[in-house]
Parts: sequence; structure tokens; C-alpha cells
Amino acid sequence: MAFQLPDLNYDYNALEPYIDAQTMEIHYTKHHGGYTSKLNDAIKDSELENKTIEDILKDVSKYSAGVRNNGGGFYNHKLFWDIMSGSGGGQPSGDLLETINKDFGSFDKLKEKFNTTAATRFGSGWAWLINQNGKLVVASTPNQDNPLMDVAEVKGTPILGLDVWEHAYYLKYQNRRPEYIDAFWNVIDWDQVAKRFV
Amino acid sequence: MAFELPELPYAYNALEPIISKKTLEFHHDKHHAAYVNNLNNLIKGTEFENADIIDIIMKSDGGIFNNAAQVWNHTFYFDQFDKDSSKEPNGQLAEAIDASFGSFDEFKEKFTTAAKTLFGSGWAWLVKKTNGSLDIVQTSNAANPLTEGLIPILTCDVWEHAYYLDYQNKRPDYIASFWDIINWDIVSGRY
Repeated sequence: MAFQLPDLNYDYNALEPYIDAQTMEIHYTKHHGGYTSKLNDAIKDSELENKTIEDILKDVSKYSAGVRNNGGGFYNHKLFWDIMSGSGGGQPSGDLLETINKDFGSFDKLKEKFNTTAATRFGSGWAWLINQNGKLVVASTPNQDNPLMDVAEVKGTPILGLDVWEHAYYLKYQNRRPEYIDAFWNVIDWDQVAKRFV
Repeated sequence: MAFELPELPYAYNALEPIISKKTLEFHHDKHHAAYVNNLNNLIKGTEFENADIIDIIMKSDGGIFNNAAQVWNHTFYFDQFDKDSSKEPNGQLAEAIDASFGSFDEFKEKFTTAAKTLFGSGWAWLVKKTNGSLDIVQTSNAANPLTEGLIPILTCDVWEHAYYLDYQNKRPDYIASFWDIINWDIVSGRY
């Protein structure tokens, strides 16, 4: 069964002024839409048509570059949209906050580490907060790789991700990636992140 | 001695409408300038402090390599444009293109495919091999064919910052337009 471009749960302008409507529209319809249709092309008439995206990604080294790049792009963008909201921002709470305090020292320390990781990823890629069986770590991946992939340097379940491809921020922030990274904290939906921390 | 940002060899609006003034301002004044500044900061007090740029590219890695190669790549890229120049290569380069690819059109098609399909950030290159024949290669991020013993002749920057303000996700449109601003006198002279 073919993969479908997942619904966006808010309007294109919902994340303004941090992420502008034009960027959201192109990013979702063209980039995420493109990864979805190219993923379907890459798995057509193969055994992968009957697998979940998670199952495909965990053995991705066995498959073509098209599966790796577009499967990653399909999964990563869905996670990215899901963990943002126009009423986001603030801080995490409960178990998630406790684990952040334990593994990073404080929420501010996590932010600092995540920001540096996102700012220093050279070229295109993603920064992640990753659950490794109850322990949280921060890492980045190149291009559309992610921590679910067997090719990832740091593996685990991503619970928060930030797209640092230039297409994610160039129309609004141009070369100022650090400003985009700072703005991201205002739209994180911590309830959604906490749901993924199981 | 610190590296300096070379000036653009033409006005910021000289390549319009193919590459906008706004794109060139960011691309040259912000991106290229940042690579120069980063490189100067990174090489301070290292073995590379007084080295020339090619030497650094050939011998370094990590942040020094990334910034040195991006300084060189951008200078090479900006130098090869001029909207009012001849639209085709000449002299020995024209002959070598025919010999290696069959025709100028076949070369364009192959180069276009390389530029379109490089996944993520990077560059497509026309390169000269040691035996004088030509080839087309893709490099990721800052990587440069010089480290593989290949001589760059022409390049297309396919980092999104090179085209996103003007073309957004439509990288193929940027590459199709790219052919109209190449200064083939300069490119032919590199062969």
C-alpha cells in the first residue's frame, strides 16, 4: 500500500511569526509531498510496499539510496510537523522534564546542547532529542537520515527533531540559522513530545 | 596572512533575472564572507596559518577543510558568470567536450542530471582528468574534486541557499537557467 502525505494538523500560518506561512506551505506540499511520492516510486512492486516506515528505516542499509533518502524525508517531516503547534513553547513537565534534568542537568542545558548541535550540522540535516531506553541524548544526522536507521551514528527513538536543511528557514531567516533555531523553542508542543517519550 | 573575501566581478544585479540581486547579496556578502571569516579564525595558530588555499584543501579535514573548500568553491563559482558572454564553449574545451560526451547538448544533459540528483547540499562539477579527458562529478557539502586529483572547470552550487529565494524547491529550474549566465571565455580558459 502506498504511503500517503500525512495531514498537517494546523494552518500554514499557525506557527507565525516563528515559521512563516509561505515556508510552511512549500515545505509541506512540495518538499514533504515530494519525499512521499518518491518513496512510493522507490518501493513500488517490492516487498517494502507491505512494511511500516519504521520497519523500512531500521534495515535501511539493505535498500537503495532512494529508499533511505525519501523514507527518511517522509518520516522526519511528519515527526517535525507533529511536535509543533501554534500554542507551543514553554517547558516540558512530568517524567520528561525529570529525565531531561537527570541527563542534561537542566532544561536550559538541554536547549544549549540542542542549539549547538543544530547550528553546527554542516550542510543539510536534522538535530534530534533521542530516547535510548529511558535515557535522553542529543545528536544530529546528515541529509534525511534519522536515529531509527541502522546507518545512524547515534541510534534510538527520536522524540523531538529540528529540520536544518536551508529550505526549512531560508525564505524567512536566510543565512541566520541560529535565529531560526532560537525561534523553534516557541512552537514546540511539549505534550506531543512527551507522548513519544514512552 | 588572513584570507580576504574577493569582490564579485560584476554588479549584484548583473545576473538578473536568473540569479537575483538579493540572492547574490546573501550568497556573497553573508555565506562566502562567513566561510572566509571562519577559515581565518580556525587557522590561527595552526600549521595552516600561512598556507595557500589549495594547500589547506589538500591537507586539512573537519572545520578547516569545510571552510577552506567553501571559500575556494564560491570564488570559482562566482568567477564563471557573465550574462552577456558567448553561450557555448570554445577552442580546446569545446573539442574536449565533444570528445568526452559526444556533443555540447549531451554534456549539458549529463551535467544537469548530476546537479539535479545530488541529494542534500553540494556541488556538480565538470572536471579535467590527468589525461585531458573530461568527466562530471558530484560532491557533498564542501567537498572539492581537487582532492581526487581532478581539475575543476565548471561548477554548479546546489546548496539550497544558492537558489531558494529565487526558485524555492524548483532546483531543476535554477539549473536550466544556469546555462544562460556562464561566461564560456573564462570557463574555456580553465581547461
